[in-house]
Amino acid sequence: MATWIFYILGAVAVVATAMAVTRRNPVHSVIYLVNSFFALAMIFYLLGAPLVAAWEVIIYAGAIMVLFLFIIMMLELSPGEEADRQGPGALQWLPVLLLGAALLTCTLLLLQLDPAAGQAVPNWYASPRDFGYVLFHEYALAVEIVSFQLLFAAVGAFYVGRAASREKQPGGQQ
Amino acid sequence: MPEWLIIGLLIVAKLGLIFMVLLTLAAYLVLAERKILGRMQLRPGPNRVGPFGLMQPLADVIKLLTKEDFIPARADKWLFILAPGLAAVTALLTFAVVPFGPPLTLFGHQVPLVVCDLNIGVLFFLGLSSLAVYGMTLGGWASNSKYSLMGAIRGLSQLISYELSMGLALVPVVMLARSFSLTDIVMAQADVPFALVNPLAFLIFLISAVAESKRIPFDLPEAENELVGGFHTEYSGMRFGLFFVGEYINLIILGSMLTVFFLGGWMGPFLPGVVWFSIKVLFVCFFFIWVRGTMPRLRYDQLMHFGWKILLPLSLLNVLLTGALLLWRQG
Repeated sequence: MATWIFYILGAVAVVATAMAVTRRNPVHSVIYLVNSFFALAMIFYLLGAPLVAAWEVIIYAGAIMVLFLFIIMMLELSPGEEADRQGPGALQWLPVLLLGAALLTCTLLLLQLDPAAGQAVPNWYASPRDFGYVLFHEYALAVEIVSFQLLFAAVGAFYVGRAASREKQPGGQQ
Repeated sequence: MPEWLIIGLLIVAKLGLIFMVLLTLAAYLVLAERKILGRMQLRPGPNRVGPFGLMQPLADVIKLLTKEDFIPARADKWLFILAPGLAAVTALLTFAVVPFGPPLTLFGHQVPLVVCDLNIGVLFFLGLSSLAVYGMTLGGWASNSKYSLMGAIRGLSQLISYELSMGLALVPVVMLARSFSLTDIVMAQADVPFALVNPLAFLIFLISAVAESKRIPFDLPEAENELVGGFHTEYSGMRFGLFFVGEYINLIILGSMLTVFFLGGWMGPFLPGVVWFSIKVLFVCFFFIWVRGTMPRLRYDQLMHFGWKILLPLSLLNVLLTGALLLWRQG
């Protein structure tokens, strides 16, 4: 049962990502990519990592894709005349509807799997507590290195942004 | 009756009751808001429909349902239709993890007064509140209108900014309760509510919650005098109604979250748990309305400045301090 759900979810993720790559309309791409992230989150849940599943939704679907949307809207990447004539409406909403239905079916099937029944949930099922403990004990060094890298990136982005804004206003203080 | 039928019926009854109470409460919250705001501005508020205007929500619903449903030219039709539903559904779903009372015993079965006590309940709430952005954004984008787009962009940046401090304000709560489950968090406040244990986190969460609800000091996404109606400018009829209902359900959700995380949930002397929970939630909602009646709107740069340069560092500092204090107390 769990294997079947895994393959369905995998197919949903791949199809949704393929749709995201091929859409002309950037906002539609974002929606397909969010679908793909949902499928990924459910795969994580199936693998016994509910915390990672939650992060997948919060960080990728909820924050990073929202930032993508923000950029798309700021740049006004509106679909041109061409994108409007993509064909009948059904072609636009049917794929996302099917993907959504597949995800919903998988959710219901996941509910059917009894977490206590063994087979579905492996014995390395990670509660938030275990996960946090391992993350900050065994992998503490890796976590630190990655977070420093992110800090460098943030500082770098800040510096680049500042330098650009200073050039723009010649009358400003040097 | 067989065992599974009783359990199934109890679950269905619980779900039905929650939906009914939430939707009715949202409708009457609109009336309460108009009445209270009216009183604060020395006018009576709606009082023509039924005694004390109590039938006003019903009249509003009929009006919204019978209005012309309008889709602007060159709008992204399907996204335009989908967006209000997205806004309402994400708001409704969040209530699934809110425990609104101590477990109840009915027909010999223990019925927990929460739809689903997830062990990652806090993350579920944060996840849904970050997904709630999509309803507003896609609606604003799909309308193909300048005002809607501006409103959606503003709302987007505002919600992202304040979600950070909201999430960070919850970290001390999780640290104190040592659990992500909302029921455990309420249980941990049996003696002292977390609002007294960690007032700074409470304050940060309160401010972020007002910002998340897109209400007056932070209502930039729908600022009437600059953006007409903001992201829902082009919406009419029941689609607008769904946005509206979603917003008020969101208000109830944020009220319940404040209650669960900081005000001790259903805990309280003398009265039954559900009553205490309702009193606290309604009081928080009243506070939100009160704020709306008294505060002016922030300017956009002030909003961003406050969120990123004051609230976020403060919440980070609070996380550090709480952690240090907990370690110190452990010895």
